[in-house]
Formats: sequence, C-alpha cells, structure tokens
Amino acid sequence: MAVIFELAVQGAQMFSVLLLAPLLIGFVRKVKARLVRRQGPSVIQPYRDLARLMRKEVVLADNASWLFRVTPYLIFAATWVAAALVPTFATGLEFSWAADLIVIVALLGSARFFQALAGMDVGTSFGGIGASREVMIASLAEPAMLLIVFSLALVAGATQLSTVAAFMGSPEVGLRVSLGMSLIALVMVAIAENARIPVDNPATHLELTMVHEAMILEYSGRHLAMIELASFLKLLLYMSLISCVFLPWGLESAGAGPKSLAVGAAAYLGKLAVLAILLAVFETAVAKMRVFRVPDFLGAALMLALLGTLLLFVSRSL
Amino acid sequence: MPALADLIEADRQVEHHAPWRRAVVAPKAWNLAVEQLVAGRWSLLGLWGEPGKVHMALLDEAQGIGVISLDCRGGRYPSIGQYHPPALRLERAGADLFGLAPQGLPDTRRWLDHGQWGISHPLTARPGVPAVAPSYRFLTAEGENLHQIPVGPVHAGIIEPGHFRFTAGGETVVRLEERLGYVHKGIESLMAGAPIERAAKLAGRTSGDSTVAYSLAFARAVEAALGVAPPPRAIWLRALMAELERLANHLGDIGAICNDAAFAIMHAHCGVLRERVLRAADTAFGHRLMRDRILPGGTASDPNEAGTDAIRSLVAEIRRRFPHLVELYDNTASLQDRTVATGRLKGELARQYAAGGYVGRASGRDFDARRDLAYAPYDQLTFDVPVLQEGDVNARVWIRVREVEQSLSLVEQILGRLPAGPTLVEAAAPEGPREGMALVEGFRGDILAWLRIGEDGLIERCHLRDPSWFQWPLLEAAIEGNIVADFPLCNKSFNCSYSGHDL
Repeated sequence: MAVIFELAVQGAQMFSVLLLAPLLIGFVRKVKARLVRRQGPSVIQPYRDLARLMRKEVVLADNASWLFRVTPYLIFAATWVAAALVPTFATGLEFSWAADLIVIVALLGSARFFQALAGMDVGTSFGGIGASREVMIASLAEPAMLLIVFSLALVAGATQLSTVAAFMGSPEVGLRVSLGMSLIALVMVAIAENARIPVDNPATHLELTMVHEAMILEYSGRHLAMIELASFLKLLLYMSLISCVFLPWGLESAGAGPKSLAVGAAAYLGKLAVLAILLAVFETAVAKMRVFRVPDFLGAALMLALLGTLLLFVSRSL
Repeated sequence: MPALADLIEADRQVEHHAPWRRAVVAPKAWNLAVEQLVAGRWSLLGLWGEPGKVHMALLDEAQGIGVISLDCRGGRYPSIGQYHPPALRLERAGADLFGLAPQGLPDTRRWLDHGQWGISHPLTARPGVPAVAPSYRFLTAEGENLHQIPVGPVHAGIIEPGHFRFTAGGETVVRLEERLGYVHKGIESLMAGAPIERAAKLAGRTSGDSTVAYSLAFARAVEAALGVAPPPRAIWLRALMAELERLANHLGDIGAICNDAAFAIMHAHCGVLRERVLRAADTAFGHRLMRDRILPGGTASDPNEAGTDAIRSLVAEIRRRFPHLVELYDNTASLQDRTVATGRLKGELARQYAAGGYVGRASGRDFDARRDLAYAPYDQLTFDVPVLQEGDVNARVWIRVREVEQSLSLVEQILGRLPAGPTLVEAAAPEGPREGMALVEGFRGDILAWLRIGEDGLIERCHLRDPSWFQWPLLEAAIEGNIVADFPLCNKSFNCSYSGHDL
C-alpha cells in the first residue's frame, strides 16, 4: 500500500511539472506585459500554443536527416526526466536515489548537445550561428554549474538532491558565504541556460540576435511543440532547483500524509510565483547584452562558484 | 572654383523652372560639376532620368540649389558614380527605369528591376521585352574562415522586405551588401500623365511613415511650378502636421531602438506617447497619419478649437513624460553599453553622401532644410538643429531626443501664431510646360520633389527622391567591424525607408 502511495506521489510530481511548466511561462509573460503597461495574453496562452502546434503539420527541409526528426523527442525526454527528478513539493520520493545533481547537469547537457547538432543539421546560416553561440555559452555555463554542485556537495556531503535539501532545511547549515556565492552563480547560470534577458531574448523576432530561437527556426508543428515544452520545463527545473536548495522551507518528506503534502505543494507554488515575478522584474529592468559580453557574465558566475568552493576548503582547514 | 550659379548661368537655362534654376549643359560643364562633387564642395541632392535626358540636382551650401541636365545621345551619358559613389545606385536605378547607360559605371548590375516586371525600362516611350534576369552577383570578400549569411527579403518579424548579405568572420561583419527594390510600386510611371490631384495622392503613398513630408514636397513643387501662393493659414498648418509627423516617428524610433536591445519598457512608453500623437492628429486633422491632408494649393482640413486643444494637451503631456524616459535611457547602463560606440558612421562619409536627417546630423553634417532653405513658415520660427560628432547609435538616439524637444517647441510656436483665413486656393491651369521643385525636411531627412506639368495641366514627369537613397549605403559602412548581432540595432537607428527608396 505504502509503495503504491509513494509511486503515486512520484507520478504526481512527474505530471505536475509537465502541467505546471506552460503555466509558469504564461505567468512570467503576463507579469512582463503588465510591467510595461500591456494587457498581455492570458496565462494559459502557452497551453493553447502547444495545442495549436500539435495540430499543425510538420514541415521538414528536404535535406533534414533522421537526427533532425529525433532530436525534439530526445530533448523533451531528457529535460522532462531532469525536471521530474528535482524535488518540488516533497523530498525522498520513490526515484529520489536517481535525483543526483550531476545526473541533472548531464541530462541537460545531452539535450543541448542534440539541440546544437539539430540546429546545424539543415545547413541554414541561422542554425549555425545559433548553435555556435549556444555552445559558446554552454562551455562557460556548464563548468560554473559543476562548481556550484561541488560547493553544495562539500557543504551537504552529498550530490543527491533530497539529501542536500534536507540538509539545507536543517538548522546545522548556518550562514555560509560560500552558499551565498553559489546562489548568485546559480541564478546567473539559470538565466543563461534558459535563454533569458540579458543573455538571449526569448521574445525577439530579429534573426541575427537569436541564440536559442535561431537553432529552432526550422522546426514546426509537433517537433516545435516538443522543443517549446522542453524549454518551459527547463525554466521550471531551474526554479525548482533554486527553491529546493536555497529555499527549502515547506518541503515535506514523501512519507508524510496527504495533508502535509498539500501544504508542501502550496509552498512550492508560492516560491515559483515569487521567483517568476523576480525574473520578470529583472528582465524588464535590463537590456540584452552584446553577444561577446556573455562570456564576461558567465565568467563572473564561474569565478563566484570557484570562490565559493575555495572558501569552503579554506574555512575547513582553519 | 566655379560657383553653381555661374555654371548654370553660362549654359542654356530652362524657362519656367522654379524656385531654383535649371540649365541644359554641355558634357564639359557636366564633368566640371562632377569634379566639384568629388572635391566635396557641392553635394548631390538627386539624379534622375527622363527619356533621353538625365538631370542632377546639386547643393552648393553657400550658393543654394541648382539643377543641371544633360542630353544623352544614344541613351548614354558619362557616369558620375565612377567618381562619386553616392550616385551609383541612382544611376543603376536610372538604367533600369529609362535604359540610360552611364558610361564607365563600375557596377552595372540591375538595382530596382529584379526581372519580375514583365517589361524592361518601363519609363521609356517604348518599353522593351523583359531581358532574362542574370543571377545577382554579390560583391565578394576574400579571406580564410569567412562565411556568408543571407538575411531576408522575408524576415522573422513583420517588417518591410530587403535582402542583406553579410560576409562575416565568426561574429564580426567583414562586408554587408544590401539588395533593395522588392517594394517597387512604379509610382513614377503612375505619375506620368496623371492629373495633379491623383499625383498628389500617389506622392502621399510613397512612404507611409512620411506621408505628410511627401505630400508637402509634392505640393510645394506644384505650387512653385504654377506660381501659386497657398494661403497663410495653410502654410502654418502644414508645418504643424510636419512637426506632428516628426514627433510620432521619432518617438516610435527611440522606443524601437531600445526594443532591439530587448529593453521593452522604453518601447512600451514611447509607444504610448506615439499613439497619443496619432490620436491628437486624428482629432485635429481627421486622419491618424494625416494622409492626403496636404494638397497643392493648401490643406484639405482645418482643425477646429477641439483639434488645436487636443494638440496643446498633447504637447503638455509629452513635455511631462518624455524627460523621464530620456533619463531612463541615459541611466540604464546595460542599454548604454549596447548603443554607445556601436555602428559608428564617419563624418567624411556622411558629408560625401550628403546624408540627411539624424544620420547626417549624428555624424557632424550640419544641414536641415527647414533652417538652411528657410521655407515658410520656418523662416519665422525659432529652433535649434542639434548636431553631434560621434556618429554611433547613441548619437542617433540623442539627435532624435533633441529633435523631439525642438518639435514640441515648434508646435507650440505654430499654435500660438496660427493665422486665420481660408486654407485652400484653386490653382490656375498653366499656360505652357512648367517645372517646379521642392526640398522638404521629413523626419528622415530632406525629401526632394521635382516635376514638370504639361500644357494640359497633367503631370508629365515627377521624381521623388527619398533621403534613404543616401543613407542605405552608409549603413553598409557603419556596420563594418561590428558584430552580426548588433546589426538590428544599427539598422533601426538608421531606420531607412524601403518603400520610399524602391518607389
């Protein structure tokens, strides 16, 4: 009976991230629109867009290879699994043994690898530009992310997210400079990874400035729907990650009763809403940076994460 | 050093060409004029054809404006573009439309004619069969690791069509070449033989965002040709409309430039102000863009008390809200980082190409048709012409900001001194062929209109030259050495017209 309940909770988590992701994007877009005094589309518009794309015919370039057709599903699967592993409202779920930070980084890395390949597959110049820029950004964002993982692992003694979250929620974590640095670095990496302003502009129609959008310009129909949903999931993933590691309040263990799980879910939704509003405000207040400034931005994230790790060693040896 | 006036005086002057003079010159004088252009003493204002003839409008900053014409024997004339590059595209367009062959033109590719018209040389007496369109050979750039990026003519956003061919080394632009002509509408051939009223409508549709400036240029050229003096109230109302159009476009541009750097909040607020201008224009003149409100002989509408009140409250609102936006622009470091030192246009190039408007004035070319030609009522108004030397995107934004402030002051002055009376006079039919010309400052720069009215009162030939003719080539120069991702920002800061250029 307990096993069934735990599986049900895990299943609920998997499908709730899938259902929540478009709502989160819709909410961010709505807040951004209101901030610039526009009415903005309804928060459920992303669901409608996905439904519309699913109905539409897929248009493929003549020279598109099998890779081009397979990639959307690969990206979606990898991102969904990664997003479903991050604890959202409860820790210690059935599959939490797999919810390792390094696994999540690897899943996202392989999704990006296929995305960049598919961007170049058809041979359009925009796909190539987008892929080269994406890889440039990734080559700096991934090391920064790994250093953040190191810091967390050193503090919490594990890379498994449930353990990290439980440790971070316990009083013994204290106030640590390293964690502050890791948080800032993680936010910067999250902005870059999700192609948000100031690294990329998700709403642009200017082909020459695109990064993520340039790679997927040739996609249409259900392929595009898969990629879009994966990018929605990725934003949710990073927000869940930030809230489970750095805002672990309200996280329940999976063994708790349905009532406390509901409280955990409500706390999770609240955290998402706060992070979404912060993202929208930040995006409204800054302009996009030059492409060649992105390495500086991510370099700062890398340095912060490195400093955080070094500080841990220094403070430990004292 | 010959003066433009002497050059025209010395040759066969054309009767009834107003307000400036035109002379049919010998090839020797034509070449003399080219020398002056190359030396930078005169500026090229326009170059256009007629069957068997080619005309060139020149600006001698000290001596004013003049037109010289050359008879093309056998459809040939000595090319100016080979010595003075601003004429290149004008000559290529003339070759497409009139079959006039510039001798020595280094670039003989077609410009406006993409082989889609079904005829060739449409403005000659007897258009030919369409020649087989040779594939367009873009200029080459050689070097290791260079790649080409073709962009357009269909873009990811809803904008006008134009093709941009980038050659880039990584992200750095090595060469940009434009290909335009996709929105050629054949306005000049529709004008030929049209009654003046219809031609006035066509002129107002050359470039939608400059409809007031185009109508004004056309109306003033007709009035110059026929010797009609529009009533004083009409003259002042026209300036009011021109300034409102400038306000609307500059406000829209400032927001759009910021939006290309993904700074949406400026775009939203400038968009609100632009909308207010359009609504006030609608209340006062009965059309948001004030299209067809200016006619040869006066204006078509006369704002009532409610209309002028709407404009007054508009000025008050912009004065209240615009300074905050300028402050926001100036104080947002991330935005300044994008605009400062991006897309620098050298002052020499701006002067060589006689670039009008914010493109020229941001690169130190101090010319404004309103001040330097002082057409009514600007001769009685006080305003400054802002000039900057930097020539980057930031400078082009600041020129617009300053011009918005100047236009607000102009609108106030005009409203304060608006004379009463009728707004339209009838023009008498001409007693023979009459030629007229006008240079009007639109929001992009100076628009040239030249026309000839036949004995029957119909337009024989009308040429409209958009300021973009001399700005598009400069965009190619300004982007060199910048990165590909900064092109949209540079392009928006130039905001050249596709429609007005392709005609």
